[in-house]
Amino acid sequence: MLNEYYPLVVISMIAIALGFFVVLLGSILGPRRPTQHKGQPYESGMIPYGPGTRRISVRYYLVAVLFILFDIEVVFFLPWAVAFRKLGVSGFILMVIFAVILEIAFVYAWKKGALEWE
Amino acid sequence: MNLSDYYAITPLVFLVCWAIFLLLVDLWIPAGRKGITALLSAAGLLIALVLVLRSGEQVLTAFEGSVVVDGFSVFLSVLFLVSALAGIALAHDYLQRLGLERGEYYPLLLISTSGMMLMTYAYDLIEVFLALELLSIPLYILAGFSRLNLESEEASLKYFLLGAFSSGFVLYGVGLVFAATGYTDFPGIAKAAQNGSLNPTLFLIGAGLVLTGFGFKSALVPFHMWSPDVYQGAPSPVTAFMSVGAKAAGFAALLRVFVVVFPGMSVNLTPLLWALAALTMFVGNIVALVQSNIKRLLAYSSIAHSGYLLMAFVPYGNASVRSDAIAGMLFYLAAYCLTTFGAWAVVIALEKAEGKGLELEDYAGLGHRYPFLAATMTIFLLSFTGVPLTLGFWGKFYLFSTAVEGGFWQLALIGLLTSLISAYYYLRVVVIMYMRPGTPQVQRNFWPLLTSGVGALAVVILGIAPGVLLNLAVSALLKGL
Repeated sequence: MLNEYYPLVVISMIAIALGFFVVLLGSILGPRRPTQHKGQPYESGMIPYGPGTRRISVRYYLVAVLFILFDIEVVFFLPWAVAFRKLGVSGFILMVIFAVILEIAFVYAWKKGALEWE
Repeated sequence: MNLSDYYAITPLVFLVCWAIFLLLVDLWIPAGRKGITALLSAAGLLIALVLVLRSGEQVLTAFEGSVVVDGFSVFLSVLFLVSALAGIALAHDYLQRLGLERGEYYPLLLISTSGMMLMTYAYDLIEVFLALELLSIPLYILAGFSRLNLESEEASLKYFLLGAFSSGFVLYGVGLVFAATGYTDFPGIAKAAQNGSLNPTLFLIGAGLVLTGFGFKSALVPFHMWSPDVYQGAPSPVTAFMSVGAKAAGFAALLRVFVVVFPGMSVNLTPLLWALAALTMFVGNIVALVQSNIKRLLAYSSIAHSGYLLMAFVPYGNASVRSDAIAGMLFYLAAYCLTTFGAWAVVIALEKAEGKGLELEDYAGLGHRYPFLAATMTIFLLSFTGVPLTLGFWGKFYLFSTAVEGGFWQLALIGLLTSLISAYYYLRVVVIMYMRPGTPQVQRNFWPLLTSGVGALAVVILGIAPGVLLNLAVSALLKGL
């Protein structure tokens, strides 16, 4: 069974070797004239400022977590809505339970002050 | 899916609902009065305990055979619920004292407990994985509960990363087993293994990966590296709960999965299990010798106890020894649970803020100043060592005799020798408590003292009459055996 993968292994090995070879070739043969503009991360974009590892306010993570809460809700609601008739009453009840649990999480976050910005 | 499915797992459904309810109720309980949450969660655990015991001896299957309720799961569920109760009893005063009093502790503990219970019910590899995540994720949070303490944060992150890593192993193993057999439910896999209609290489690798994943969870050497740091950094009540609950759940899954699903693979797996058990006993006990911090000492001792437990598991492929092995392991887990919670209760009584009061030297003079605490600690340490007339002795006795019965007397010998080694570091604590002068500082809160008192009493009484517990363990039958 594994024999079928043999050509694939050969091809990936050739591809990897080729990649290394080309980069090596470029660094050996290519001329090197560094200028200030070439050294910038985005040669023709916005001029970057400040260090790349700035601290980010912890609130953004809160927003991200709350976003996931509703994101998951939508992810589950969509397929349920498509199969709504097939799933019938039991599907409806299960979905209500699911939504209630999520809303409890939301109430928890709200009461804990996750939505207060100041 | 119908209502009888939910009937079978009533305790679980109740516990999860109760945890969610508590999370909501706790929002309106003012800070400083979180004792109400603690009491409510203890009440919920007691109700769940009654619900578990209600199902009694009968064997139920539910959710198209992916969940099974039998004597085995009832025994372990009771163990987990009692652990959670002890976890709450130890926590309340401790959290208040260290300024960590937040109500989330209790719902998280309840949810983790429900994950452990699901682990004992699981009869499908997907269900096993679900239970593993449900029990682990709250523990990651609980390990970092003292979030301003860097050590606690480190513990949480370390536990999370290695836990995620081990979950990956389990899931990959489950995937390979499914690839080899085409089933994820236990009877299906067992049938495929019997007919020989599977890919043996993939199947063996899958079983090995599942074993590795649970090895991480139960802290078997060489997958134990996380446990001393996590045990030391996490708040002590969490450590106590983790070292009993997560370990017992890991072994529950190992027992269920390997005994029901992989009995035919014992020929291939026995040498591996043998080496794991021997290595775990050796490394756990020998590294514990040089520890000067009581939390690290108990962490290594807990690794060593995983080794003893695994020793009885080695002959699991031998049908005539199998039921003895399961009974022995259940008995040992119960003994370990009682002893561990008692010992941690004493540790918590001596612990002070910022990780002070945890060195062995801090126990000097305890025997003269606080004879009750010192006496209970002595009982627990003797039980850990396996001195006769304590519960730990009978636990080790049954494990060793199972190993000998299964024809692994060398392993039993290693167990015996390492137990002798362990006597040195356990008794060293006793010597420090009674022989060295000192003025230990103890916080005398009611619940931890009650826990250690009840634990000591149980260890001694059951140590004199182990028959009661043994009968329970023997009658805790595994479905499909």
